[in-house]
Amino acid sequence: MRKIAIYGKGGIGKSTTTQNTVAGLAEMGKKVMVVGCDPKADSTRLLLHGLAQKTVLDTLRDEGEDVELDDVMKTGFKNTSCVESGGPEPGVGCAGRGIITSINLLEQLGAYDEDKHLDYVFYDVLGDVVCGGFAMPIRDGKAQEVYIVCSGEMMAMYAANNICKSISKFGKVGDVRLGGLICNSRKVDNEANMIEEFARKLGTQMIHFVPRDNMVQHAEINRMTVIDYAPEHPQANEYRALAQKINDNKMHVIPTPLEMQELEELLVGFGILN
Amino acid sequence: MVNENDKTKDAEKLLQSLHEFRDEVVAKYPKKVGRKRAKSIVVSDDENPPVIQANVRTIPGIITQRGCTYAGCKGVVLGPTRDIVNIVHGPIGCSFYAWLTRRNQTRPETELEENFIPYAFSTDMQDKNIVFGGEEKLSQAIREAYELFHPKAIAVFSTCPVGLIGDDVHRVSRHMKEEIGNGINIFGFSCEGYRGVSQSAGHHIANNGLFKHLIGRDDEIRGSAKYRVNLLGEYNIGGDAFELERIFDKCGIHLIATFSGNTTVNQFENAHTADLNMVMCHRSINYVAEMMETAFGIPWIKVQPIGANSTAKMLRKIAKYFGEQELIDKVEAVIAEEMAEVEAVREKIYPKTKGKLSMLFVGGSRAHHYQDLFEELGMTTIAAGYEFGHRDDYEGRSVIPTIQIDADSRSIEELTVTADPTRYNPRKTEEELAELSKDMEFTEYKGIMNQMEKGALVIDDMSHYEMDKLIEKFRPDVFCAGIKEKFCVQKMGVPLKQLHNYDVGGPYAGFKGAINFYKDIEQMVGASVWKELKAPWESEAYIEAEFAC
Repeated sequence: MRKIAIYGKGGIGKSTTTQNTVAGLAEMGKKVMVVGCDPKADSTRLLLHGLAQKTVLDTLRDEGEDVELDDVMKTGFKNTSCVESGGPEPGVGCAGRGIITSINLLEQLGAYDEDKHLDYVFYDVLGDVVCGGFAMPIRDGKAQEVYIVCSGEMMAMYAANNICKSISKFGKVGDVRLGGLICNSRKVDNEANMIEEFARKLGTQMIHFVPRDNMVQHAEINRMTVIDYAPEHPQANEYRALAQKINDNKMHVIPTPLEMQELEELLVGFGILN
Repeated sequence: MVNENDKTKDAEKLLQSLHEFRDEVVAKYPKKVGRKRAKSIVVSDDENPPVIQANVRTIPGIITQRGCTYAGCKGVVLGPTRDIVNIVHGPIGCSFYAWLTRRNQTRPETELEENFIPYAFSTDMQDKNIVFGGEEKLSQAIREAYELFHPKAIAVFSTCPVGLIGDDVHRVSRHMKEEIGNGINIFGFSCEGYRGVSQSAGHHIANNGLFKHLIGRDDEIRGSAKYRVNLLGEYNIGGDAFELERIFDKCGIHLIATFSGNTTVNQFENAHTADLNMVMCHRSINYVAEMMETAFGIPWIKVQPIGANSTAKMLRKIAKYFGEQELIDKVEAVIAEEMAEVEAVREKIYPKTKGKLSMLFVGGSRAHHYQDLFEELGMTTIAAGYEFGHRDDYEGRSVIPTIQIDADSRSIEELTVTADPTRYNPRKTEEELAELSKDMEFTEYKGIMNQMEKGALVIDDMSHYEMDKLIEKFRPDVFCAGIKEKFCVQKMGVPLKQLHNYDVGGPYAGFKGAINFYKDIEQMVGASVWKELKAPWESEAYIEAEFAC
């Protein structure tokens, strides 16, 4: 079983990319579980065709300790298992602690047990690694492989660099490694080249360049992944390609995060001069 | 200071050699730690007190005596008031381990009067309250506390996790005050344990809360007593406040409020009607004294009613302040009567205690106050220090303008107080104060070093290692500290008197308290049990043999 965490700046398209990729893997016949680690609980919406999910933390709050795996796990597109960690309303309590509690609970409930025959677990994590709670999926024994969704925009690269700092910190003491950057295009000038160079400097790869296509939005409005909604569309093939590349990926590294100066130089070199 | 004739040659010699202690101890630390600790270990000089480093962060790992901000706020300052429901917002441990552990006593005047001290109130936060926020649970706790007890006031204390997840105890308190109505007073304290460097931050936060939410709410002047005073920083450990109340009563001095031993909410609300504030524990309560002077014009003096002579001194100061012959005569008569009894006991005990050595490492005033009692027993304090004192508690208030405000102090709210538009009323004119200042000092505390022997050691935030070395090298006859130190010290063969909770003893304040203290110390320093500390097999030679096979 490969455990994969998807990180990236807020709004970059982590959930969309994750679910579309998972759909691709599921199509290949892989058994996948998605664990949404975002208090908004919208990480499995496309796989489940709507927000049909009661979150782990809501269940824990309502039912007390007496929680069954079936209460929190729903089956989505092509037999994927979908779990939402959930969390507090914005501005209240501690979402980070929520993720820790919920992942621990899933372990206790045997969500990862052999008899589930999982090929993949995907953790879809909110934004940046702002505190210990959001680093939970990459701590020892949880996710071993991280993919960072980014674009050629300054702040997306800055966030990706920050996430690399966290991976390199935990990587030195544990087994978490960076699998690569997924460029979710924002149609920034020279974007693919810049992210490729950025990845090289980080010691990793740009595993795939996902072009921007309006079909993604169409599928989302219909609460589906592109593979589900328009299987013949070229965009669906992009996600299939990404799924295949992740499936075949053997490049797992401890990244070497950039200094702020280096990052800015990269942007100037690629983004502005051309 | 101890009478010169009482000092033994040993004490004299010791006082001359203590200065070497710092260099020896500091040399054992890692370089950086040593440099920092060296600034907190000084040799006292009463005429020219040296600068001491105090109220700075403890070095992790040195085993400190200090407590946390929540302990200072809830445990020390607000805890002893009997008719306030103190709800701890946090996990249960913070409340449970602060439950009735401080021996602050209280005595309701009637059987019907409320007394919540035996209770422990907590919101018992669970994992889900941390994740989803605990404000709702806090509101519910306040509602329940009101329905069950109908208290006049409810205070809410923040523990560490509350600060991390951002529950707003102040807003919840305000809302619940409106919801419940009925004139109830509800207020919160942001006294998360990790704030500040010690419990001292908690005292300051508590002082601010007392001033904002309680003092000045009730203007009614009750009773016809002429001499109206407050006693600040007396927490009624082991019944100290009872003894002081007895003495004031006997002298005809009316105690409006004690902050906060054996006290009620209404006493705080009415405290601004007093004409003199007396500060006992300078560290924990000087802020209230300052603010009341600015807002209401009540002067404050430092008093130290620990030790019979010091108690007499306090009474004479009060009599002098009010300046009426009737009171002066009464006070003298009381002193004469009480001192006769004290002296009779002291004279018997004195020959057994004189020349003995003491060390005191406790509190933010106690390490100073109890030296008076030891002096009365002819004992020399060769080393002392506070857990959470500031430089002014060591060197005197004159150094306050030179104390550097660091980030830790800055994180505590500093109230801006101005004269109350209607109720500001200077109790004495400037001329009167100037005249009185010839005999007594207002707004002044001269600090611990002013009283200590030249050559004695003064150590702030003493580490466990330093304590071990002090005992090993100087073998005091009694060591005063708290429960954390008690058994380590006693295992080294030195009796330890707890000055946080008095072990099971007390009261030690006032005249009767002095007698109790003399007797307890006589017993401790005279006990032969400390010589029996070695197990027989430790003092006898081993018998060694080999198996022949």
